[in-house]
Amino acid sequence: MIIQQISVFLENKLGTLAEVLATLNNHQVNIRAMSVAETSDFGILRFIVNRPEEVAKVLREANIAVKITPVLTMVLDDNPGGLLEKIQKLSDASISIEYFYAFAVVGTEKARIVLKVSNLEEAQQLIGGHQQDQINEEADFYW
Amino acid sequence: MYWNKTIETMEHNQMEQLQTKRLSAVVEYMYRQVPFYRERMQQLGLLPQDVTTLADISKLPFTEKQDMRENYPYGLFAVPPSEIVRIHASSGTTGKATVVGYTKRDLGIWSEVMARSLTAAGVSNKSFIQIAYGYGLFTGGLGLHYGAELVGASVIPVSSGNTARQISLMMDFGTTALACTPSYALHIADTMKEMGIDPKNTGLKVGIFGAEPWSDNMRSEIETQLNIKTTDIYGLSEIIGPGVACECEMQQGLHINEDHFYPEIINPQTGEVLGEGEKGELVLTTLTKEGMPMIRYRTRDLTMLTRGTCSCGRTLVRMNKVLGRSDDMLIIRGVNVFPSQVESVLLNLGETSPHYQLIVDRQGHLDILTVMVEVSDNMFSDEVRLLEMLERKIQNELASVLKVQARVRLVAAKTLERSEGKAKRVIDNRKI
Repeated sequence: MIIQQISVFLENKLGTLAEVLATLNNHQVNIRAMSVAETSDFGILRFIVNRPEEVAKVLREANIAVKITPVLTMVLDDNPGGLLEKIQKLSDASISIEYFYAFAVVGTEKARIVLKVSNLEEAQQLIGGHQQDQINEEADFYW
Repeated sequence: MYWNKTIETMEHNQMEQLQTKRLSAVVEYMYRQVPFYRERMQQLGLLPQDVTTLADISKLPFTEKQDMRENYPYGLFAVPPSEIVRIHASSGTTGKATVVGYTKRDLGIWSEVMARSLTAAGVSNKSFIQIAYGYGLFTGGLGLHYGAELVGASVIPVSSGNTARQISLMMDFGTTALACTPSYALHIADTMKEMGIDPKNTGLKVGIFGAEPWSDNMRSEIETQLNIKTTDIYGLSEIIGPGVACECEMQQGLHINEDHFYPEIINPQTGEVLGEGEKGELVLTTLTKEGMPMIRYRTRDLTMLTRGTCSCGRTLVRMNKVLGRSDDMLIIRGVNVFPSQVESVLLNLGETSPHYQLIVDRQGHLDILTVMVEVSDNMFSDEVRLLEMLERKIQNELASVLKVQARVRLVAAKTLERSEGKAKRVIDNRKI
């Protein structure tokens, strides 16, 4: 399924991540999944929350540069080759992956991945699962 | 040694007579030839005949860099294009450069004032002068070049850059005079040491250094390290280029070639004309130029004037080494940089209200410019690749507009220092 991810700019300086997290904490925002990409000068914090629009607003009010990006997410079965199968499908369709990260799904043996790909709609059709699953996933995803 | 003894040692009142005659002529010429200037005078109800004494100059309006931008590129030229034989340009305050044009006679004047300056610095027809100022639109290289040729020195037109090559040419060709920025002279000395050459053991005798401010401390460092005598040379393309003023061997101020460039010192806030020995902004009027004369051009350089005969025998009025600027212009490796140029680059890249800061450091003896840019929502991306591309794009644009390399650092929004709500655009950490 396609969900909205929040990214914020992190200057490569002591305390910047703590600052962003404190802002989220002040507004009782719970981060469901996150990853940090870094270069020598700066980092990008990407994360998933329940109400991305509201959270983005809170961050903007705190003068933090924010971007909301649609990303693809799905649950993987806990067995060998589960990830390979999905990635292979994208590769065969010449869809490139900009980045991806994974996290455990609470209370299950399953893992969830978040993917930023070059062609979101096509990727969704290829590996995003059936309509039926998506409805279930929604309930599951937002806990 | 003088190049033009008559002028350089002329009695003060005789000089004033010459200046008065030339001032009336240039005002009359500008009124006739340059519509922009005529309108300026008409707005003040002034006619050329209202300027008959040197003191009358204060009736005339100032000319500013902004005027050149508004008349870009040729609007202030006083002659038809067929008379212009050379174009130079320097940094404008925003994207557009400041353009100047010279007639054949102007180039002659430039060579003359440069020949005086070089002679005062100790250059003669026996000298081998290595010109390590950039050749091109910048007036440094070609200005020194033509003056040195007029003096009859052997000119080595190596231009700027490639320090190791500069040094090997210097050793092989027996260079006796070096012309470059003072910080580059120190960089040359450092590089010599790295190459295992004793900077004291070159054939160098004199250095003609300018295009950036330098202190007496820096002077003694250069003189000790390279075992040479140094002179400070001053100029700006709007007036003519290098050669407006130059020190003599006494090193007690720069003699202004006042028969061609009439100096005033003003209070930069009020425009009021200040007296001898008072610190203020230098304002220059070209008395003899044809291509693009300037009346009361505000240089934004802070200095003061000293009259009286110098120990060298010259009577030409002296200006102090430039003490600073009355605007926010920076000089980075001899190149003039305005913070507003950075702003225009960011605006061109689609930033609506860019926040940025220029940080200047001196590492070794070279200036390093870092431009910090606050990342706004609309330039931010969730992909590292795109942000790095943006960083490079800003860097390339800055290099092409500023004519000097700048390192770009993206920083978080609202983190750059603002003083009383107003952005603090420049942090200069150089100890000059």
